[in-house]
Amino acid sequence: MAPRARIRWQSRQPSVIPGFGLALGVTLTWLTLIVLIPISGLLWRSSGLGWANFFALAFDERTVNALAISFGTAFVAAIVNLVFGVILAWVLVRYRFPGKRVIDAMVDLPFALPTAVAGIALTTLYAPNGWIGSLLEPLGIKIAFTPAGIVVALVFVGLPFVVRTVQPVMEEIDKEVEEAAATLGANRLQTITRVLLPGLLPAGLTGFALAFARGVGEYGSVIFIAGNLPYVSEIAPLLIVIRLEEFNYAAATAIATVMLFLSFLMLLVINTIQSWSRRRYSNGA
Amino acid sequence: MEVRVQNIRKEFGRYPALEDVSLDIRSGELVALLGPSGSGKTTLLRLIAGLESPTEGTIFFGDEDASKKSVQQRNIGFVFQHYALFRHMTVLDNVSFGLNVRPANRRPQAAEIRRRALDLLELVQLSGLEKRYPAQLSGGQRQRVALARAMAVEPNVLLLDEPFGALDAQVRKELRKWLREIHDRTGHTTVFVTHDQEEALELADRVVVMSKGAIEQVGTPDDIYDHPVSPFVYGFIGQSNCLDVTLSRGEIWFEDRPIGLRAASEPDGPATLYFRPHDIELVDGCGCLAGLVTAGRRVAGTRHLEVSLGRTQPPVEIELPPERASSTDHSRVAFRPTRWKLYRGAGDVARGSVQAQSSGIELAPTGT
Amino acid sequence: MALDIGPTPTSAPSTPVGAATSETRLARATLIALALGFVGLFLLLPLGTVFIEAFRKGAGEFLAALGDPETFSAILLTLTVAGIAVPLNLVFGVAAAWAIAKFEFKGKAFLTTLIDLPFSVSPVISGLVFVLLFGANSALGPILQSYGVQILFAVPGLVLATVFVTFPFVARELIPLMQEQGTSDEEAARSLGATGWQTFWHVTLPNIKWGLLYGVLLCNARAMGEFGAVSVVSGHIRGETNTMPLQVEILYNEYNFVAAFAVAALLALLALATLVLKTALELRYSDEIAASRRH
Repeated sequence: MAPRARIRWQSRQPSVIPGFGLALGVTLTWLTLIVLIPISGLLWRSSGLGWANFFALAFDERTVNALAISFGTAFVAAIVNLVFGVILAWVLVRYRFPGKRVIDAMVDLPFALPTAVAGIALTTLYAPNGWIGSLLEPLGIKIAFTPAGIVVALVFVGLPFVVRTVQPVMEEIDKEVEEAAATLGANRLQTITRVLLPGLLPAGLTGFALAFARGVGEYGSVIFIAGNLPYVSEIAPLLIVIRLEEFNYAAATAIATVMLFLSFLMLLVINTIQSWSRRRYSNGA
Repeated sequence: MEVRVQNIRKEFGRYPALEDVSLDIRSGELVALLGPSGSGKTTLLRLIAGLESPTEGTIFFGDEDASKKSVQQRNIGFVFQHYALFRHMTVLDNVSFGLNVRPANRRPQAAEIRRRALDLLELVQLSGLEKRYPAQLSGGQRQRVALARAMAVEPNVLLLDEPFGALDAQVRKELRKWLREIHDRTGHTTVFVTHDQEEALELADRVVVMSKGAIEQVGTPDDIYDHPVSPFVYGFIGQSNCLDVTLSRGEIWFEDRPIGLRAASEPDGPATLYFRPHDIELVDGCGCLAGLVTAGRRVAGTRHLEVSLGRTQPPVEIELPPERASSTDHSRVAFRPTRWKLYRGAGDVARGSVQAQSSGIELAPTGT
Repeated sequence: MALDIGPTPTSAPSTPVGAATSETRLARATLIALALGFVGLFLLLPLGTVFIEAFRKGAGEFLAALGDPETFSAILLTLTVAGIAVPLNLVFGVAAAWAIAKFEFKGKAFLTTLIDLPFSVSPVISGLVFVLLFGANSALGPILQSYGVQILFAVPGLVLATVFVTFPFVARELIPLMQEQGTSDEEAARSLGATGWQTFWHVTLPNIKWGLLYGVLLCNARAMGEFGAVSVVSGHIRGETNTMPLQVEILYNEYNFVAAFAVAALLALLALATLVLKTALELRYSDEIAASRRH
């Protein structure tokens, strides 16, 4: 067993480049200390709860509601980001207009702006006395302190994902493909809907899944705007924090385990989409 | 369908890509547009397709003015150099695409579309691959799918832009033969662009030689090869030698001696003599071209000799049967062109100006 | 100023042919309007709000809010935490990229996935795992406590949570970049007699420096702005364990909006500086920065 384990971590091909042992050693040590041990700790604590206890904690009504709200709002926000992300990427790749460079750079704002800052800014805008909230109030539309507010925050947080996954694929679309569709009699709308958009599907789905995964776990930007009403606008990460503050470590652990499991599932989905599209479409110039 | 291009001019920005080009393509003909890159051949093809619109001039499909029609309305089939297949669609969906996007009143039944697509795939010898994706095909197979896709719309004219340009030599040769067979079977009016003269001469009914945005010569492959009308065509098609010569009292002089060729009706003065390496005969004695063999190599059934004729001229190349050339290696050789042509004016091929063709004169071969 | 909404270069002006591969003017204008509206509503307006709210009562109030000792200690703490976490992840990122990009070994794909793992974990869970590991009812916590080592509700806990959250940034930027560059440069250097360290300093590092800077920039932005994970491990001790984002929350919940937005404005400036630098790097060294623009 021992020699086999050693072989596994040896470089497959002898190489003149030095430092494999050192680099891999540092990587594995750091990975183990920072990521693997803490996450295993969570899973170990979770397994100590016992099945019955775990299910009772993970699937009590308030928790299920919070998970449903987290996943539901993240899904809606990811859909919004898919639609507008594709439009935004299209406009940035295909057209020129004043300020395009700035807009392109601004797309990454949600990656750079701390979530708490985004949270209080969006709350101020969408609160009933805010700029946008006061416009919507007479129409009977409430955004802040409702699930709709959560969606708004998650749209902000997930905005760059679809744009940044779709944009490079769009840039590489061969002009000949569009011309081919035109010579075959397809009008512009048919060319876009039948030829271009399906080609962007794998990238779009990847961006969608990334935005969705990010939205499910998001905390900082949401808690300010959500109103945090149990069963209505309370997200799962917030419930973990609440249970922690009650020193109810068991419940916090159970919810976290469920979320972690679902995150891995999504990671798997993303990887599957990517390898599937690579297998089918690559080299298909 | 017959296609007539009339006085087409095309500018990109200020740069003229085509200047006053006219061309008649007969129905069912297989025509090659041949020229070096930048000669405007692809622009001409894209103008016929409607992918570009002319700055001036008209294009007729039959008796109809097609220049006002969009590419979608022209009903052409276009095959791109890099295939441009839809990579998220199966082979069958690719071929059916043109029929599927027709408006409902002109669209055949789904079963009929499928049948036609499968027939076409059989024609291009890809039966059984209809469920594959383009990424799962070889380059040659992809190009055949592209051709089937273009033919599925029953085009007025089939246009191919360097269809074999991206393929390796072996596949190119196969597809070339096969394209000719398909053309003979289906009878589509077909125009293809190529920079490969061998491809053009082997495949086409007529070849259009283009240079610098203008048509140099239109003719059958035999015409083009045997009777080139300009120094450009002489230089571009096949191998050729050119020599700076002088005309004096109807005789052609090279450096300080006559070489036994006569151009009786021509006035005195400098000119350029063109001849192909294989259009020569060995002669004894004087009144001919003579020089030292500087290099020789065997190419299949013939021996190619490089002959240095004088200090000021680059060496010329001649081709001889190996048995006749073996004794002449690294020695003196004397020969005389049997088929040749004389151009006056700016005769240098490399600088091959278009005006030179106006003063070119064809002379009956002497000797033979 | 007239809005110029032509298609991107190459294609000719509006001929009937342009219709083959471009949209009508109306469609273009509509799409641009939709995109700009979306960006304006969700990005520009919130960003503008931060600064407007911060200066609502004038520059004096703004500066006074920043001069508050608790806020000042929050700024210091944020700089400290980022100052420790970013270099740690820098070293790790270079080591991981070196191992993964320059060598072939079994389990490489799996290792890459593990490195990406912190990206798919909720920030709250990233904090929770350390609470479970070092908390009062954990195995380790009381032992460390008896030696006087405080992890949670102190700087080490904040650093750990921050390192966890920003773990993949540098490695992710460097791996594709170094893979693309291959190993021939290093092999050449070795064949010329360079030692391993010489090869790294004089050959590899100059090749990856802009990509590295890019990764550090993103890592730093996240490290300074992280909220969820540090919120869980901080304990919110005022003036001691509150980083800037946590200070924003506290001030906001106390209805001290000007002060909350003043701190938020500082963080927003940091974000803008990050974006400007990032864009500048992308424009100048796009080929020296990993092709993948995903994060």
